[in-house]
Amino acid sequence: MASLIPCPHCGMRPKEEFTIRGAVPDDRPAWGTPIDDPQWFSAVYLRTNPRGRLREHWYHGAGCGRWLIVERDNLSHAVYDVADARTRALAGDRT
Amino acid sequence: MRYSFASLIANAFSGNRNWTPVWREPEPKSRYDVVIVGGGGHGLATAYYLAREHGIRNVAIVEKGWLGSGNIGRNTTLIRSNYLLPGNEPFYEWSLKLWEGLEQEFNFNAMVSQRGVLNLYHSDAQRDAFARRGNAMRMHGVDAELLDRDGVRSMLPYFDYDNARFPIMGALLQRRGGTVRHDAVAWGYGRGADEMGVDIIQHCEVTGIRVENGRARGVETTRGFIGCDRLALAAAGNSSVVAAMAGLRLPIESHVLQAFVSEGLKPFIDTVVTFGAGHFYISQSDKGGLVFGGDIDGYNSYAQRGNLATVEHVFEAGLAMIPGLSRIKALRSWGGVMDMSMDGSPIIDKTPIPNLYLNCGWCYGGFKATPASGWCFAHLIARDEPHPVAREMRLDRFARGYLIDENGRGAQANLH
Repeated sequence: MASLIPCPHCGMRPKEEFTIRGAVPDDRPAWGTPIDDPQWFSAVYLRTNPRGRLREHWYHGAGCGRWLIVERDNLSHAVYDVADARTRALAGDRT
Repeated sequence: MRYSFASLIANAFSGNRNWTPVWREPEPKSRYDVVIVGGGGHGLATAYYLAREHGIRNVAIVEKGWLGSGNIGRNTTLIRSNYLLPGNEPFYEWSLKLWEGLEQEFNFNAMVSQRGVLNLYHSDAQRDAFARRGNAMRMHGVDAELLDRDGVRSMLPYFDYDNARFPIMGALLQRRGGTVRHDAVAWGYGRGADEMGVDIIQHCEVTGIRVENGRARGVETTRGFIGCDRLALAAAGNSSVVAAMAGLRLPIESHVLQAFVSEGLKPFIDTVVTFGAGHFYISQSDKGGLVFGGDIDGYNSYAQRGNLATVEHVFEAGLAMIPGLSRIKALRSWGGVMDMSMDGSPIIDKTPIPNLYLNCGWCYGGFKATPASGWCFAHLIARDEPHPVAREMRLDRFARGYLIDENGRGAQANLH
């Protein structure tokens, strides 16, 4: 794991300031999907769990308090991109 | 060669020049009855029991590294069967029973040492939870004793009983738990399987799974295609990657867990102890080093190395329990990749592909399960039906709502 994460709001910060929620679901059901739809099972329990490049939801609790999308490599520990999740969502990227 | 006192003497008098290799290094054949992906503890045990219990000897184990290069060589060597839930407890107890007879059975010294496992409790609520767990164990015919503070103190006098935040109030003790020389488990099962005709193919990475007409036909590897009638996956931390080759998506995340060993000491801890107010477990190897570990680092990782914040956290938890550890130097730390399932319990099951079998989801508790995992997986592969003690470890339990969530934490893999 990289020691420093470039937060889009706070700059370079130690990774201990963040809480990792886990991978951004590839297939989160659309708003309003009935709860007995198999898509929910898939989104809650199944993981692509790739070796290499991965997009995750991180929460910057000791900094800006924003949810972020961190794109990193889980083998080499390189961090490729850190973006604000809400800004992404408003721009139409709801994953 | 069968190992015995006589063989030791004979080889000593011939200058130890006549020992034979413990297993062969065969070239892969074009076809096997069963191909097992993963030459770690579980894969080797599966091959051993396939050959021994079910007479299926035309078997290959395909391993990308060397035999036992994964978690079987990286764990903290603990064995125990102190589980709460009915889906788990009979399975782990069967595993402990297999450990008890293992060395005589496979004629290899695995240094099984039933030195006891103590789980400390630090509050009234935790005592109640441990009493419940102990009672659940006893209802399954497993030994469990609830010790009070004085009972623990008589065994471990140098612990911090009056810690202001986490006073030690007692412990749940399983005397039959203990430690095993982990590498020897891989070597013993490997040697036993090899003797019965199983081909252990090392340095052979699976790069693809050939599925035709809904059935697995074999594996593409770095040493060519290997065909099979039945394909079994026991790839631990890399389970998702291997299963994806057959188009499967698993309820698994890969996380890194670190372990540590100290410099060699004189006898210090003659049992296994876990800290109840954090996640820390410690024992002493026969070589003298303290072997200890804590939680997973908490982020998805396929790298067999962890980070320093977790190192510090583990050491702090250890010091809260045993202040004397502050004067001991850590010698080495290392990491292994854990196949964390969505309820903290394993999967031994068929898959939507009829002749493809799956063994994964061991989280960081796979070592103790090695014998029963092999036993039950071999049963499943040979008979195409689950072994009674592993029947709840199904792949579809998440969809059906029959989770085996020992810690009650739900589908958040880094919390199990």
